[in-house]
Amino acid sequence: MALQEKYKELIDTAIAQGVNDLNVREQEGVLYIDGDASGSIKQQLWDTYERLDPNYSSGDLVMNINSIAGVTEGSKLKVTTNSSNLNIRSGPSTDADIVGKAARHEVVTLVSKANDQWWEIKTDNGAAGYSYTQYLTPL
Amino acid sequence: MKNLTMKTTALLVALVIMGTTFTSCKSGPKDDAVKAAVETALLSNPHIVEAAVTVEKGVATISGQVPDDATKADIDKTVAGVAGVKSVVNNLTVVPETPTVPVAATDVLTNAVKDATKDFPTVTATVNDGVVTLKGEIQKANLQKLMMALNALKPKKVDNSQLVIK
Repeated sequence: MALQEKYKELIDTAIAQGVNDLNVREQEGVLYIDGDASGSIKQQLWDTYERLDPNYSSGDLVMNINSIAGVTEGSKLKVTTNSSNLNIRSGPSTDADIVGKAARHEVVTLVSKANDQWWEIKTDNGAAGYSYTQYLTPL
Repeated sequence: MKNLTMKTTALLVALVIMGTTFTSCKSGPKDDAVKAAVETALLSNPHIVEAAVTVEKGVATISGQVPDDATKADIDKTVAGVAGVKSVVNNLTVVPETPTVPVAATDVLTNAVKDATKDFPTVTATVNDGVVTLKGEIQKANLQKLMMALNALKPKKVDNSQLVIK
């Protein structure tokens, strides 16, 4: 229970912010926090995590706040890469061939979700394939 | 004539009673059928751990482990509702389960980690038994993004204690 004490503020924030399907459990010296929430709540929780455990260096928490669970097919997504274009690939892996690119801040359409990491998208120019969800922000 | 009718009726009643008695004495096959029905009914409850059922003369005895009192009561109700069960002896013990955290399979996790760290060429990641170990170096500004991505892959643990944060 010691970890739930250490991360009490984080857990309390998650509860207060109404994270959906919130699941908190401790196993073999690691605390696991899972749930679905908006991108801004996810950001708030991660900032809290960083404050409680600077640089996340203790390795005693695995926090998976899914901010993309509620996004449905046909939704518009903005490409939020750091600076480069977003690769569109033939399959859901970085091993798959690059079949197209989407520009930074371009708006694309969600076709289907392969998994939480890879989504099939299409651009207005007709490029279609799989991109990494980390660089896609629902509008 | 009236007397005869009464005698016949009495005989019939006796036969019926005997018949009933014989049926309940022959507890074997019927109890087996009830036991099978109880087991089928219990299959629909996913919370039972190692439950065993015996039925004798319509009395169903259940033993085993369940995670909570609600499940125990629920099973009691389910078993009592099975046709042929006259009463239930509920010997289930409540043992709160410690949920096992699902950890991604090593090959799945290894591939996913490779994808997630691709944009951070100065970081090397290894996966061993669900634990992601990070080495190399990273800009402080990118650390949160990398940790968010790795934490979403269902690892057992992310160890970045050997990662140099600049």
